[in-house]
Amino acid sequence: MPSPLEGNALFRGIYCWLAANKGNALQCPPDGPAFKDGWLPLGWEWLAYTIAALAIVMLVVNAFMVLATIYTYVERRLLGRFQSRLGPNRAGPFGLLQPIADAIKLLAKEDLVPAGADRWVFNLAPVVMVVPVILVLAVLPFGRHSFVADVNIGILYVVAVTSISTLAMFMAGFSSGNRYAMFGGMRAVAQLISYEIPVVLSIVGVLLLAGSLSLVSIVEAQRIPYILLQPLGFFVFMAGSSAEMNRSPFDLVEAESEIVSGYHTEYSGMKFGVFQLAEFGAVLTTSGIMATLFLKGWEGPVLPSHLWFLIKVFLFAFLFIWVRATLPRLRLDQVMAFAWKFLLPLSLINIFITAIEVLALDTTKLANLWLMAGINMAVAVLGIAAFSRFVRLGGKPRDITIEIPMASEAR
Amino acid sequence: MPIRTEPVTVNLGPQHPSTHGVFRLRVTFDGEVVLDVEPVFGYLHRGSEKLGEERTYTQVITLTDRLDYVSAMTNNQAYVIACEKLAGIVAPERAMYLRVIAAELQRLVSHLVATGFFLNDLGAFATPLMYCFRERESVMDLFEMLCGARITVSYMRVGGVFQDAPEEFWPALNTFTTDMPHYLDEYEQLLTSNEILLTRTKGVGILTTEKALNCSVTGPVLRSTGFPWDLRKVDPYEIYDRVQFDVPVGEQGDNYDRYKVRIMEMRQSIRIIDQCVQQIHPGPVKADVPALLRPPPGDAYGRIEGPKGELGFYLVSDGGIAPYRFKIRSPSFINLTVLRDLLIGWKLADMIVTFGSIDINMGEVDR
Amino acid sequence: MYGLGILNGFLVTMKNFIKKPVTIQYPEERNPQHPRFRGEEFVWYEDRCTACASCAKYCPLGIIKIVTHPSGGKLPEGDAYAIDVFDIDIGRCMFCGLCVEACPYDALFMGSGFEESKYKRADLVIHADRLRAAEKHPSTWFRPQLEGRGYDPQSDAPVPWKEAGRESWPHHLPQRPGEPGADGADAPSSPAGH
Ligand code: SF4
Ligand code: SF4
Repeated sequence: MPSPLEGNALFRGIYCWLAANKGNALQCPPDGPAFKDGWLPLGWEWLAYTIAALAIVMLVVNAFMVLATIYTYVERRLLGRFQSRLGPNRAGPFGLLQPIADAIKLLAKEDLVPAGADRWVFNLAPVVMVVPVILVLAVLPFGRHSFVADVNIGILYVVAVTSISTLAMFMAGFSSGNRYAMFGGMRAVAQLISYEIPVVLSIVGVLLLAGSLSLVSIVEAQRIPYILLQPLGFFVFMAGSSAEMNRSPFDLVEAESEIVSGYHTEYSGMKFGVFQLAEFGAVLTTSGIMATLFLKGWEGPVLPSHLWFLIKVFLFAFLFIWVRATLPRLRLDQVMAFAWKFLLPLSLINIFITAIEVLALDTTKLANLWLMAGINMAVAVLGIAAFSRFVRLGGKPRDITIEIPMASEAR
Repeated sequence: MPIRTEPVTVNLGPQHPSTHGVFRLRVTFDGEVVLDVEPVFGYLHRGSEKLGEERTYTQVITLTDRLDYVSAMTNNQAYVIACEKLAGIVAPERAMYLRVIAAELQRLVSHLVATGFFLNDLGAFATPLMYCFRERESVMDLFEMLCGARITVSYMRVGGVFQDAPEEFWPALNTFTTDMPHYLDEYEQLLTSNEILLTRTKGVGILTTEKALNCSVTGPVLRSTGFPWDLRKVDPYEIYDRVQFDVPVGEQGDNYDRYKVRIMEMRQSIRIIDQCVQQIHPGPVKADVPALLRPPPGDAYGRIEGPKGELGFYLVSDGGIAPYRFKIRSPSFINLTVLRDLLIGWKLADMIVTFGSIDINMGEVDR
Repeated sequence: MYGLGILNGFLVTMKNFIKKPVTIQYPEERNPQHPRFRGEEFVWYEDRCTACASCAKYCPLGIIKIVTHPSGGKLPEGDAYAIDVFDIDIGRCMFCGLCVEACPYDALFMGSGFEESKYKRADLVIHADRLRAAEKHPSTWFRPQLEGRGYDPQSDAPVPWKEAGRESWPHHLPQRPGEPGADGADAPSSPAGH
C-alpha cells in the first residue's frame, strides 16, 4: 500500500475490509484472535486500493461541494446583514434552499458559447478553474486523523496547485473573444502572479517554526496558535490570498463596475455556476489552510475535532465576508504596488525576524514562544506603519495629447 | 525588439453596470489607459421638450418629474418658478417654505444616491449604497406623507403647492432631521477617512475652476473646484435669503472633493430645513391661480440650484394654455461636457469613478 | 496611523451587522402607508359623477375614456347624463392625480391599493363596472375633507359616497365667498378656469 494514504483511518478500514490477508497484515493488523480475511482474493489488493481511494475522494469532494453551496447562502445572508437588509430568505425555511434554487436555475439556463470564442479553451476553463480548488482538499486535515493524504510536502503542494487558477482565468478571459473578459484575464495574470510571491513567503515563517512542510505536522506542532506568533505572516497571507481569490478589495479581475464581470463575462449556465463554485470553494479551502497554518487547525477542547475545524473555517470565511462588505476596490497599479512595495517587504521582514528568533531562542519552551509573540506583534505594527507610506495616493494621468480625431471620425 | 501594441476600442454601455442608465462611452484604451473618450447619448430621449409644448402648464409638471428622476421635487420647483415668473404670480409664503423644505429633502436624496453609486463605482460591494438608500427611504416616506408619491411627486403647482403638509409630517420631519446627521457621521466614519477611498480618489480627475467655468459646469462639480457659486446665495429665489447656510467648497476639484462637497452640502440642507421649520407659519399654500393658466405672451427663464447644478426652464408663452417653447437647461447634460478632459490619460478604473463623481442622470441628459 | 480609517469602516459595518435589518419581508410585513398615498386604483362614486369629463380633459396622457348618453331619469348632483363607459387605463397611468384634482364634484378619488399586477395588459384597464363594484378605500390625496377627520384608508371601513364629503376649499363651495347667492342647494360652481 502506497504511503500517503496510509494514515487515513477510513481508507484503512475500507481497504482492510476488502483485502485484508496474510500478505498485508502489517497494514491491516489482525485485531484479536478472530482474524478475518478480506472479501477479495489474494492479488486483488489494487482493486481494494482503488475502491477505498475512490470512496474517500467521493466523500470529501461531495462534502466539500455541499459545504461550498451552503457557503454561498451564508455569504449572501451575511452580506445582507452587513448591508442592513435581509438577504435571500424566500426559498425554503430561512431561504436555506436558495443554493439549490440557484443550481436549478443555472442548469436550466442556455449554455452559450460566443461565436468568436475559442471553443476548446472556452469549455476547458471552468474545469481548470475548479480542479485546483478540489485538489487542495487532498492534503487538508479536516480533523484528528482525517485527511485524504498526509503528504510530507503538503504546503508546497497547496501552493503549486492553487496557482493553476491563474491559468484558468486567463484561458477564460482570452478565449471568450470579449474585450471585458480580456481585460479581466490580463488583470488576473498580473495580479495573481504578483501575489503568489508574498503569499508563499508569508508561509515560510510558519514553516520555520513548525519545521515541517506537512500540514498535519504543522497542526501538531502548534503549541500556541501561529496567528499570535506570526501576526505579520497572517496579515500578508490574508491580504495576499484575498487577492488570489479576487475578493474585495482586490477583486479587480471581476470588477463589476468596471469590466462587467471580468473573465467570466461571457459564461452562462452551469459553466458560470462552476466558476462561482470554484470561487466560493476557494474561500473555504483558503480559510481551511489559514485555520491549519495559523489557528491550530482541528485542535480544540471539548468539541469534536471536525467541528472545530469547521468553526475555524467559517470564522475566517466570516472575516473575508466582512472585508468584502466594507472595503472599496483598489486600482490595478495600486494593487501591484501593494503587493510589491508593501506585502513583499513585510513578508521578508517576517522571515528574517522569525529565523533569528528560531535561531536564538529555544522554541520548545512556552515562555519563549510568548516572548516571540510579543516581539512579532510589535514588529507587525511597526512594519505595517512604516511600509504603508509606499502605497501611493492618487497617481498621475499619463500625458496624452490627442492628435487622432474623435473615434467616430477615425472609424 | 519592442512589443508592438495597439489601442483597443471598447463600447462601455449602453448596457453596463456603471453607466448610470443608458449612457454609452466609446473608449479607446492603451492597455488600461484611456486614450480617447467619446460620449454617446440619446438612448433615453423621450422628447420631453416637445411633449411640454402640447400640454397645459399644470400637466407639464408631471413631465418635469421624469427628467431627473432622483430629484423630482427640485425639477418641479424650477419649473413652477419659471411659470410664476412668466405669469407674474407670487406664491404665498407658506408655500415657498414648503417648497424649500421639499427641495432640500430632495437634495439630500440626490446626494445620497450620488454618494452611494459613486462608492459602488469604486467597488464597495453595495454597502454604502444600501446605507444611503436606507436614509433615502425615510425621505421617500416623508414625500409620501406630503404628496402621496415617492419618486414622481408632482407636488408643486404654479402659485404654490397643491396641498398643505399633513399633521404627521412635521414630527416625522423633525425626527428625520435629528437622525440624519448621525447617519452622515456614520458614512463619514465608513468612508471619508478610508485609505482605499483616499487612494482612489485624491488627485484623480482634477477639474480646474477655469475649465469648469469655461464649460459652464455648475453645482457640486463646480463648487468642488473651490469656486463658491451657489444660486441659492448669489441669486436667492423663494426664501433662501432668509435662511443661514454655508456654501461648502472643495480644494482642488478632484473626485474626493466632489464626494466631500456633497456630504457637506447634505449637512447644510439639514440646517436649512431646520430653519424653515422654525420660520414657517400658517397661511394659504396656493395662490388663486386658474386651473387653466394662460400667461401673457412673453418669455421667462426660471433657475434654481438643483442638486446637480443649475437647473433652468425657459418658457415662451404665446398666450395659450400650453407653453409655446419649453426648454430645459439640464445640469447633468452640461456637466458632461468636461468628461472627456477629465478622463483622458487615466486608467479604466478611474474613468468609472470620475464618471460616477460627476453624478449625471440620464433622464436629464437625454430628456 | 495609516489603516485606522479602514478599521473605522469595519466598525461601522459590524454595527450594522448587529442591528436589526431595516428591510422587511414584504408580503408578510408591510410598511405603514400614508393616507395620502396615491394608489394604483381609483375610487369613483357614480352617484356623484356628472360625466362632465373634466378628469379626462385634465389627464396629461388622455387615458380616461368617458362615453355618456343623456338620461332623463338619473339626476345625480349636476347634470342628467348616464355613463356608458368610464375606463381608466392604469397600464399607462402615472398616478399624478391631476384627474382627481380636476374633478369638480369630488366623484373621483385616488385609491389606496397598489397590488394591481395583471397577466394581460387589457386587464389593466379599469372599467366602470369594476369601479362601481370596488370597495371604496379612497386616498386622502387632494381631499382635505377626508384628511381633516383623520380617516385612514388602510384600517378604516370603506367610505360610501355620502360620507366622502366635499372639499371645503373656496372653489368647491356651493357659493364662492363674495359671490352673489346661488339658489341651488348643492349646485356647485365649476372650478375656476372652466
Ligand atoms: S392619475 Fe394622472 S395619468 Fe392617471 S388618469 Fe389621472 S390624470 Fe391621468
Ligand atoms: S371629473 Fe369627476 S364628475 Fe367629471 S366625469 Fe370625471 S369623475 Fe365624473
